[in-house]
Amino acid sequence: MAQATTTARRRTRRLNPIDAFLWLIRIVAVVVILVGLTNSLTSGRLSAQQWRDLMVFGVSQGSVYALIALGYTLVYGVLKFINFAHGEVFMSSTMIGFFAADALARSGMWNDQPIVSLFIVLIVCMLTSTLVAITLERVAYRPLRGSPRLVPLITSIGASFFLQYTFAGLFGVGTRSWPQVEILQGSWQFLGFRIVRTQAVVILAALAMMALLYVFVERTRTGRAMRAVAEDQETAALMGIDVNRTIVVVFGVGGAMAGVAGFLWGLAFQTVFFFTGFLPGIKAFTAAVLGGIGNIAGAMVGGISLGIFEQVGPSAVLAGLGVEGFNQLKDVVAFTALVLVLIFRPSGILGERLSEERA
Amino acid sequence: MSLTAAETTELLPAREVQLDRAVRVGLIGGLTAMFIVTSGMLETFDLRMIVDPILSLGYVTLMAAPFAVGYVAGKAPPVLEGYAAPSVGARNVQAGAIAGALTGAIYALYALIIHVLDFSSVFIKLTEQTKKIVTLDMGAGGVLILALVMAVSGAVGGAVHLLERRWKRAVLYSAFWVVMFGLLEVLVSQIAFVRRISAVKELLYGTDAGLTLIGAVIIGGLVFAAYYYLDGRVRAATRRAMALEGQQRRRFILISLGVAIVFLAVLPQILGPFLSEVLDLAGVFLLMALGLNIVVGFAGLLDLGYVAFFAVGAYTTAILTSPVSPKWSPELSFWTAIPFIILAAAAAGVMVGTPVLRLRGDYLAIVTLGFGEIARILFLSDALKPYFGGAQGMLLIPDIDIGPFTIDDSISFFYPIYAFVILFAYLSYALQDSRVGRAWMAMREDESVAEAMGVNIVAAKLWAFVIGAIFAAIGGALFAHKIGSVFPESFAILVSITVLVLIIVGGMGSVPGVTVGALALVALPELLREFAEFKFLFYGTLLIFMMLNRPEGFIPSRRRARELHLDEVEQDAWLAQAAEQDPAPAE
Repeated sequence: MAQATTTARRRTRRLNPIDAFLWLIRIVAVVVILVGLTNSLTSGRLSAQQWRDLMVFGVSQGSVYALIALGYTLVYGVLKFINFAHGEVFMSSTMIGFFAADALARSGMWNDQPIVSLFIVLIVCMLTSTLVAITLERVAYRPLRGSPRLVPLITSIGASFFLQYTFAGLFGVGTRSWPQVEILQGSWQFLGFRIVRTQAVVILAALAMMALLYVFVERTRTGRAMRAVAEDQETAALMGIDVNRTIVVVFGVGGAMAGVAGFLWGLAFQTVFFFTGFLPGIKAFTAAVLGGIGNIAGAMVGGISLGIFEQVGPSAVLAGLGVEGFNQLKDVVAFTALVLVLIFRPSGILGERLSEERA
Repeated sequence: MSLTAAETTELLPAREVQLDRAVRVGLIGGLTAMFIVTSGMLETFDLRMIVDPILSLGYVTLMAAPFAVGYVAGKAPPVLEGYAAPSVGARNVQAGAIAGALTGAIYALYALIIHVLDFSSVFIKLTEQTKKIVTLDMGAGGVLILALVMAVSGAVGGAVHLLERRWKRAVLYSAFWVVMFGLLEVLVSQIAFVRRISAVKELLYGTDAGLTLIGAVIIGGLVFAAYYYLDGRVRAATRRAMALEGQQRRRFILISLGVAIVFLAVLPQILGPFLSEVLDLAGVFLLMALGLNIVVGFAGLLDLGYVAFFAVGAYTTAILTSPVSPKWSPELSFWTAIPFIILAAAAAGVMVGTPVLRLRGDYLAIVTLGFGEIARILFLSDALKPYFGGAQGMLLIPDIDIGPFTIDDSISFFYPIYAFVILFAYLSYALQDSRVGRAWMAMREDESVAEAMGVNIVAAKLWAFVIGAIFAAIGGALFAHKIGSVFPESFAILVSITVLVLIIVGGMGSVPGVTVGALALVALPELLREFAEFKFLFYGTLLIFMMLNRPEGFIPSRRRARELHLDEVEQDAWLAQAAEQDPAPAE
């Protein structure tokens, strides 16, 4: 024990210049953000209504990130590896969902029976992405279980590009556009917030899915098996849990959530092409880290905060600092948020839920 | 399989080729064939002739699917300790034929379906032309013919296992090189040497960029003879060269170095401007690959935003040397700019390295990816336009002067690029055996153990980032001078991924592997520009394939391979596999 403290002390002494540098970054970040915020809030460039619109937009965007982030968080929690191809799982559902929606729109059912057809498309989306996720696990990841950490990670990068360009090859590189939903046009007023209906649906659906997933993981037998496997695979296996099956379930559930995200993406943003999954995928991972990886509630919190940062951040901070063309820098804000979170609080907002030895 | 107690003391009966496995791979083959048709590969590849009037690349690709599954299906499972070795025979061919026939059947079904129904609004590549190719333009009869050929192709794939090893290698390689020569007509026609004796070229190649039948036979025969004759001899010669000692060894090294330098000196002159251009590009990627090899291969830090350092080098040299740099233009020469490029790269390396020092390996990948994107967006943004020119980029970057010579075309650029390649390769070797190199390897194998052994993890990580950054920045600077301008769009994430593919296919941590990987995977796609749309599909597949089958790369570093194939892991896998296939006999 005594020895441990001395090594720890020696280590802190050795790390000092690095710590000093990190503290410098922390201080600079805080100062920059405060200055930017006060400047833009006092300038009155945007009205209160516009700020609220940005917030709502951020929340709805963030809900989609949160749903995708669940896939990362679940898989990371169990296998301790980033499924880099998860963004493509999301993209696959939006793409196939488009064809279902398009077929329904052509047959006229999309407008005649909007609720039924939305439900059909949702099912198609969820099935597609679940199938893609499970296939990935079976073909690419399962044979690699137990190999050095970089190996499955690199495989998933390969899988990501394979899926992107497979979709480009099959369906072409052009952008496809989901049909509009008549009943979701227009907006609602809610506590002074003006919410476009599609955005409201996105937010509500995402919340509902999160709640469902939470109940699934915390209350059902399979959910308990998932938590047990996350904690310790070997012991779980000894306790009679089928580890392989549980891991398939994890990928399947993550895929289904990405399917819902793909569906909501189609409703809210409409356009989809083979590269659609890339940025949302990375941002969703960012969201998972932001909220605390391995933590389901964390994915929600992280996703929504990231959505808000990214929508509000450029106008709130960058505009206040007099940065030109601040709207181009949305992604910079998102990634900077990731770097800052990892510097300030590496375990995320709500903290990680990983077993000690592997963390 | 039930065994009596007496038999268990003897060898267990051989594990034979399994026919149900043939069915499984046959299904995969069928899906692959469908994918080749639907993704438009067939149509695009069909434009390119391999053997002039008879065989196009499209049909070669289509037939490669059943051949490959036939080969896999016909392959006997690995011989385990305690089992007899299986004897080859009709079973291999049979399994191959089953797999091939299944592939053919699925293909035929699919071909008929797309021939009758129209899916072109969903699968945009299912054009009329594709439908023609799929049926040999002969309707259902053509489909039947192709399906039969597929079955035969599968059987041939299985039959390959009947050949003795030496024959097998010779046959497979001669088929491979016939296809390669068929593809690389441009390589032969560009080489000045052959241009002078164009009779050879006319004998080998037809008018339509494919081999003639005679050409195919000649090349196939030559390659076959070479592999058959050289089998084992090359390795023996290398071993003899390696075993040399003292004076002889020094002389051998000097002579081979001399030959290599003379070869490199005359290479661009022989190849001509077009092929030199291709090699220059490969060289720039090779510089980056050598740098990333240090970060990923030696130190085990997965950096996915590596292109940012490349961009830093390119932009630094642009600012310092271009007369029209927007904010400030000192108009230095390339050589005086180099120290500043190195400084900028080192600073960038520290900037990226410090915040991620204490992160777990896989977080690192995402954060560096984020940094890469931040860099690209910043270079592109209006906010920094007064410094970096925004989307318009930076222009008029001057040529490089070496004494009285001006390096201004692709042939002369070959020399500085490859001079740096040699320098960096040498540095990589030197670093590998240095103190920090050993720290990297220890860190790669186990960070906590390395730290406990007194390795300074912080310093080792920062050095890896800084040195990797410097290599990439020099590559970026050379690239900028060669192109004469810098645009933010040259620094997309795809470049980082490409470099990653290069070092993984070649062999992480292995300098010769990385070199061969870069030359093959950058130069080949450049020569086959017409298939560019499938480049990243190919890269992605290659990454997965390599990780599943050969994570140490084609030319591995010995230490890295040992890490990836730990004996213990293999032992466990052996036990598991044996238990799965033969439930243990009594006792």
